[in-house]
Order: sequence, then structure tokens, then C-alpha cells
Amino acid sequence: MTGAADAGAPLLEVRGVGKSYGSVSALRGVTASVAAGEVLCVLGDNGAGKSTLIKILAGAHAPTEGTLLAHGVERQFASPRDALALGIATVYQDLALVPLLPVWRNFFLGAEITVGRGPFRRLDVAAMRRATRDDLALMGITLRDVDQPIGTLSGGERQAVAIARAVHFGAGLVILDEPTSALGVSQAALVLRYIARARDRGIGIVFITHNPHHAWAVGDRFLVLRRGTSLGEFGRDEISLEALTGLMAGGAELDALGPELDRAASARDPA
Amino acid sequence: MTQAATVTERPARPGRGVALLRRPEVGAFVAAFGIFLYFSISTSAFLTPAGVATWLYSSSLFGIMAVAVALLMIGGEFDLSAGAMTGTTGLIVGIATTQWGLNIWLALVLALAAALLVGAFNAWLVTSTGLPSFIVTLATFFILQGLNLAVTKLLTGTVAIQGLGAVTGFDQARVLFGSSFPLFGMDVKISIVWWILLTGLATWVLLRTRFGNWVFAVGGQAASARQVGVPVRRVKFGLFLTTAGAAWLVGMLQLFDVSTVQATTGIGQEFVYIICAVVGGCLLTGGFGSAVGAALGALIYGMALQGIVFAQWDSNWLKAFLGGMLLLAVLVNLWVRRQAGERS
Ligand SMILES: Nc1ncnc2c1ncn2[C@@H]1O[C@H](COP(=O)(O)OP(=O)(O)OP(=O)(O)O)[C@@H](O)[C@H]1O
Ligand SMILES: [Mg+2]
Repeated sequence: MTGAADAGAPLLEVRGVGKSYGSVSALRGVTASVAAGEVLCVLGDNGAGKSTLIKILAGAHAPTEGTLLAHGVERQFASPRDALALGIATVYQDLALVPLLPVWRNFFLGAEITVGRGPFRRLDVAAMRRATRDDLALMGITLRDVDQPIGTLSGGERQAVAIARAVHFGAGLVILDEPTSALGVSQAALVLRYIARARDRGIGIVFITHNPHHAWAVGDRFLVLRRGTSLGEFGRDEISLEALTGLMAGGAELDALGPELDRAASARDPA
Repeated sequence: MTQAATVTERPARPGRGVALLRRPEVGAFVAAFGIFLYFSISTSAFLTPAGVATWLYSSSLFGIMAVAVALLMIGGEFDLSAGAMTGTTGLIVGIATTQWGLNIWLALVLALAAALLVGAFNAWLVTSTGLPSFIVTLATFFILQGLNLAVTKLLTGTVAIQGLGAVTGFDQARVLFGSSFPLFGMDVKISIVWWILLTGLATWVLLRTRFGNWVFAVGGQAASARQVGVPVRRVKFGLFLTTAGAAWLVGMLQLFDVSTVQATTGIGQEFVYIICAVVGGCLLTGGFGSAVGAALGALIYGMALQGIVFAQWDSNWLKAFLGGMLLLAVLVNLWVRRQAGERS
């Protein structure tokens, strides 16, 4: 971290960022910030620009307009590695896990703890097992066996392992790409609780979702995107769940669709 | 909803039996034991010191290759050129020493370099084109098979190279590759020692080093491995080079055992190595398997190969036996994976 970093500043902040792919403008003028111990929810329908925004935050894409600040310092990420070095980690939907590999091997994959030197350098299996068990316990997961293949965990638990891994490797800010979208009700609830746990430990979270109920359950701030533009960033006290749902669904569009849906329903149901 | 509730709602934890079956080599161990018992009882020669030394020697040559091929398969790739390569390396040493009068140690190094070059070529083609290694190495297999015969014929006029015993330094090099020593009344060939050492080394590398961890990850889910910073390409290069190195070693072990080499050496054995690895618990799809399992697979093959001779059966039964073993192994692997493996 650089000396210029401002301790009081948000972990990550974007001011008027946008991104065009050639002539297609995928995102325009988005402003938002997330502080330590805070959950920023990014909401929007398909194609709203959510993925584009997180790619900018994660350093995978450079924005074509606007600025990005990490710890109050303006930054230009050349790659996700730059973001990682500043403690910004991204958990993508595929979670970057290897199903047949034991939980602890997945946890430390690519960053294994070793002992010994030269040709005798070997894995410190005991340390990695212990660390995996302890870190998962902090997330509220108790595994009977960190040697079981990670593919045998439930979807929610796998998500939690991926989050715990990001936190273990020093992430102060974790970006989650639709962590609940592929899950059933109870598994989604589990993941929401893991998110809350991480938040309570002082981690900043960017939580991408298109389910306003999930967002409302854990969010401190809400950024609503539609067709590449921001409909605003709201604090929890500035908006209600109903208003959020309305904004997301594009209230006016649904209202206009209402009569059409009614007619279709009555046509299908002549009796 | 509580934590405890979600933990217990999962299907019951696999029992001790399944946990044991999760180990890739268990099936092969049981099969090896069964075949050992069968031939020990049904033939008189199988359990004699000379008999044991014979099938252990057979097994060792297949085993060294099977272990290397197993590592490669765990890493998600195949090498069909591995069999022909054992012939190529032997032929290079044979031609370089008997035809060109090259120093035998230089010839050994030359053959190793050639094998590594072929391995690197395989790896380079596979990693840079993304083509399946099955096709790429099938091509190198045919190229090597053709070269082995054509070049040998061109240079010597025959399809075999003889007279290596007369080459200076042959006896010194033979200590490493073709010697034997007495043990429990057996005449134990050095290749058996190589086989055991390499199986141990491969097991240690697979389970206790970063490289081994990466091999499983690269074969199991290359995209995920890449995302967390595993150098996928480097791992695959390492694996193809390992197979090539093993092919060189086996080529030398065969060469120094009989001091002649045929141009057809190794042809058709590439599938035996793969079968040994699969019988030992390697998944054809990668990401799972063990070196000990592959070594046991080779032991099964070696015992069956010699056992059928001792029992004076028609040797054609061997192929049918091999096919049956393979089918059984694949079915067992499938079942184990369903029990203990992915939910996906
Ligand atoms: N690489 C690209 N090249 C051109 N256009 C792109 C590219 N990536 C995204 N877009 C466009 O940018 C817009 C926003 O896409 P984005 O993937 O950010 O939406 P999203 O909110 O993540 O949607 P979803 O909920 O479906 O994941 C879309 O119209 C999309 O077609
Ligand atoms: Mg998206």
C-alpha cells in the first residue's frame, strides 16, 4: 500500500466511470463507493452493465471515462493483479474451484504454503488443513472433513469457501458476481449470512445481484443500473425495498405491460 | 434456519468404506492380489524365484511408463507417442554407437535430448493450439513409428541394431541400466529398482509438492487453475517432458538388457500404459488418479503377461484379458466417482 493512502477514505470509489466497447456504450457516468465493513449492492436487469462495472472495479477492464480511487488514491489498474495487490479480490460465478480436489487444496491452490528449500521444498499439509478449517469456521462453516472433494459441498458452501479464500489472502474488499443467482432459497440465505459475517469482520463487499430481496437483506448502499446508466446510489435510509424493486424492474415498463399480460392470461384461460 | 440444520440436511457423509474407495488405487490393489493368488495356485512356475523375477521385470518396464503416463493423464493429457519413443531412444543410441562410433555416454545424452525434444514438441503443439493431445500425439506416434523403421533401414539395411555389447563403455553404462543383483534367491534386474524409486518419487511429487497440486488442478479444471495463478502451460510442458524422459529411461533399460534393439520396439505399447494408468484409478477426463495405482496396474499386466505364459495358454488371451480389465476399471472408477466425487 502506498503512503498516500487515506485511512478514512472508502476502500474503493468510482466517479463517473463508463466503458464503451467500440461504438457500443455499455456503461456511462456511474458514481459509487464502498467502505470497510460495508456492503454495496449493484442491482440491474440483464444487460444493465453490472458485469461491465465489476470488471472495471476488478481491474479486468480499464474504464473509457471517469476515475477510480482505491483508499482515496486515484488508480489505473492494468490487470486484476494490480487490484489484488491493493486487496481487491473478485469471486466470479464459476468460483475458480476444482471439483475433485479436496477443500484444503482448493483453498490454497496457486498460493500453497511450503516448507524446506530447493528440491526438498514440499507442501505444509498440516498448516494448510488447519488454516482452511479455521478460516471456514470464522465464516460459520464447520466441515467434518477438509479432505473431501470440494465438489461434494453445497453450492452455498462452495461460494463461502471462495469468499473465505479471498479474505484469507488479504482481500479487504471482495467483489461477488451474482453469488446467489444459481442457488435455491435456503442456500441463498446461507450465502447472505456469509456475506454478513464477512462484513462484520470489517471486509468491504460489492454484491452483484438482480434480486432486490437478497440485496435488501444485507445491503448498506444500493446502486441501481439500467441500460448502462446509473439510476442512483442510495443509502439504506434513502430508499425502501418497494422503491428499489420498482426501480429495478423499470416500474413504468411493467405498468405498460400490465394490460397486455392480463389479456394473455384471460385468452389462455377461457373457462 | 440454523447452521446445524444446513449441515445435517446434506446426504449422509460417505462412510469409511467409501472414503477408502475414494483412494484411486484400491481397485487395482484388490485385482493385483487376486491375479497373484490365481497364478500362484494354478501354475508351479509363477511363485518360484525365477518366476517372480520375470514378472517383476516385465511389470517394471511397463510400470515406469505407466507412472509417467498417469501423471500426464491426471494433468488432463494423453501421450500416444510414448511407446514408439522407447524405441526411438534405443535406436538412437544403437546407431550413434555402432554406426558413428560415438561415445556411449554422449549417445545416451543425445537420445535423452531427442526424447525431450519430441516431448516439448508435443507440449508446444497441445498448449499453443488447444488441439486434443490424443490427436497431436497420435500424429507424433506415427511419425516416430515411420522414422524408427525407415531411418534404421536406411542406415543399417536391417530393422534391428546389434553388436552393442562390443561398444566401449557398454559395460559401465550397463551397471545403471542393465545390471542385476541377487535377492532372496532371485536375480533382480535394476529396472525393478528404477520402477520402485520412480513410483515413490512420483507419489511424493503428486501429493506433497506444489507442482503435484497443480497437476491435479490443471487436469481437473484448467480454467479455474489459471484464474488462481497456476502456470497451466508450464505444468503441461513439465508433464510431457516427464513422459519423454521416462520413455528414454525405458528405452535404455530394454537396450542394455539384451544389447540389441528392434525398429519396432514399443509400438502398440502406448495403449498398455494408458490402460495400466486407468486400471490404477486414473480418470480419462483428468484430475484424478495416483502413481501407486498406475504401478499396480502395470504389476497386474506384468503378472498376467507372464502368468499366461506359465499356464501355457494361448498368448492371445492376454489381449482379451486386458480389454476386460480396462472395462471393469472404467466401470469401477465411474461408480467411485458417483459415490464420493462430484456433485457438480
Ligand atoms: N465485450 C463486449 N463487447 C461489446 N459489448 C459488450 C461487451 N460486454 C458487454 N457488452 C454489452 O454491454 C452491455 C452491458 O453488459 P453487462 O454484461 O455488463 O450486463 P449485465 O448487467 O452483467 O447483464 P447480466 O445480468 O445479463 O449479466 C450489454 O448490452 C452487452 O451487450
Ligand atoms: Mg453479468
